[in-house]
Amino acid sequence: MNTAYGITAITVICTVTLVIGAFGLRLSRTTSDFYVASRTVSAGRNASAIGGEYLSAASFLGIAALVYTNGLDMLWFPVGYTVGYVVLLVLVAAPLRRSGAYTVADFAEARLESTAVRRLASVLVVGIGWLYLLPQLQGAGLALRTVTGAPGWVGGLVVAIVVVANVAAGGMRSITLVQAVQYWVKLTAIAVPAFVLLWAWTGDGSPAPEIASSTQWKEPLNGLAGQGHPVYATYSLLLALALGTMGLPHVLVRFYTNPDGRAARRTIVTVVALLGAFYLFPPLYGVLGQVYLPRLPTGAAADSLVLRLPAAVLPGGPGELLSAVLAGGAFAAFLSTTSGLTISVAGVIEQDLLRGRLARVTGDDATVVQGFRIAALLAIVVPYAVSRLIEPVGLATMVSLAFAVAASTFCPLLVLGAWWRRLSTVGAAAGLLVGGTLAASAVGITVLAGPLHGWPGALLGQPAAWTIPIAFTTAILVSLATPGRVPPHTARTMVRLHTPEDLALDRE
Amino acid sequence: MSEQPPRVRVTSTRRNAATRDVLRPLTRDLDEQSNLGEVYMSGLMSAQLRLSLLVLGFGAVGLGGLPLLFLLVPATRSLELGRVPLPWLVLAVVVYPVALVVARYYVRQSERIEREFSDAVGRR
Repeated sequence: MNTAYGITAITVICTVTLVIGAFGLRLSRTTSDFYVASRTVSAGRNASAIGGEYLSAASFLGIAALVYTNGLDMLWFPVGYTVGYVVLLVLVAAPLRRSGAYTVADFAEARLESTAVRRLASVLVVGIGWLYLLPQLQGAGLALRTVTGAPGWVGGLVVAIVVVANVAAGGMRSITLVQAVQYWVKLTAIAVPAFVLLWAWTGDGSPAPEIASSTQWKEPLNGLAGQGHPVYATYSLLLALALGTMGLPHVLVRFYTNPDGRAARRTIVTVVALLGAFYLFPPLYGVLGQVYLPRLPTGAAADSLVLRLPAAVLPGGPGELLSAVLAGGAFAAFLSTTSGLTISVAGVIEQDLLRGRLARVTGDDATVVQGFRIAALLAIVVPYAVSRLIEPVGLATMVSLAFAVAASTFCPLLVLGAWWRRLSTVGAAAGLLVGGTLAASAVGITVLAGPLHGWPGALLGQPAAWTIPIAFTTAILVSLATPGRVPPHTARTMVRLHTPEDLALDRE
Repeated sequence: MSEQPPRVRVTSTRRNAATRDVLRPLTRDLDEQSNLGEVYMSGLMSAQLRLSLLVLGFGAVGLGGLPLLFLLVPATRSLELGRVPLPWLVLAVVVYPVALVVARYYVRQSERIEREFSDAVGRR
């Protein structure tokens, strides 16, 4: 692979990101600018920003690698990532926006009128955010190593530095613009090479991949990543992705930049269209990979397939150029998802952990914005350190574990919070605790002990199918047992969550 | 208490001034959570929830039914359309436009429910 092309592409992406961020800096002045772009972002741009933020390392490199290695069953990943937005739309989009809160923690506090539940939600936001940041930083290391041969720790560090500079400098306003641009960068970077590769493939007489004779690869229900129990694994994965999307911290924060509930819904429809367009392409790379690169060089991770494929199809200059374009797109993916996660994790760290303490240390000298900058640094340094310590388990696998935790904690909180008047403070807290503990334990065992076999492997590797129902049941049963702890202003909150904004109601 | 407002001589009724709203708007029932307000609210919420469950049910059957179909009718696993295997076509392409259509349907219906609610409450 041509190193000069690759480095140029990555440098261009990082520079463009920093320049747009600096442009946003001149516009952001107040605390509200920092957090939610003053709620003036248009629906189209907001949708591009959500798409830009959401399409991560797992989407850009991971899906192709999974399809390449394991075949058809892996298509459930992009399907789940997209369907998650439809579920989010029909269950919580408008109520969440109308709650008027900045973060999930704010929603928890507004709906349940309890600072204890708020704390719990804050801890979970930080945990899920860090879990999701890990594969982004690992993916960046892997991509940079594939393109330039640099050691694994460099890529993650580059991403961390660019993101902190950007987030700390401009907050959400500049990030919204950056994210919106990144979506189109990513779509172009994956679509254009795909069309060229398809054209080369038809020129070669469109040969079928050798592996297509293997039913294991070509037909459904052959066990996700070979853990066995394919039907269970498929359903559990689909549940985790469909219900986990609404609980991802960076997705929720992005919601509050819509002007009202109706705009929030319309934004999500556009997001579904944008994601669908993008996800047409990664599986193509997986299939073409089996045609042209049936064996990866020894020691190469499957996640590097997308970057290696063009050179295998079109040896020489054109292939190298396409590889560089893809490397740039992959970096756009790491940068944008990492920015979004850093923003939301930093917001929570600043509000719930730093604000009081910082004021005490500095004698009220530190402003909120300074606190936010410190929090942004904290938000990314921890996962970067961890990403250097633990073994990578595959980008898409890692991401699906973060989804499973989100689906087992915030999904019950948000859905019951938006629709069920009898949810009590104790019930919500119990649901968060039980769901979070179970899902986190399953993730911990899977990551630390490696893949297990048989039912334990399937249940722990794809925990969502049992952790989500347990979390919901816990929240409901405990709420029914503690009717005295239903928040006193539930009826008023429900009016605010569900009535359209054009009615002149008291929304305080 | 240095400056008193100048005295105004009243010569006629102020016909063009805004009249006080003697009719009690329904939005106040919502604000005050009177029984009437609660009836309207639970009507709105159950209409929205029914719509959401309808959409989710469609997804659960349409998409969630696929693994079950592959399991129960093994022949569907290897169906082909031209040279393209059908399960690949469905999961890699067809799902996305269907998701978009469902999302648009939901938004249109939920906005209709809200419009009807606003009309009912805003009237009077």
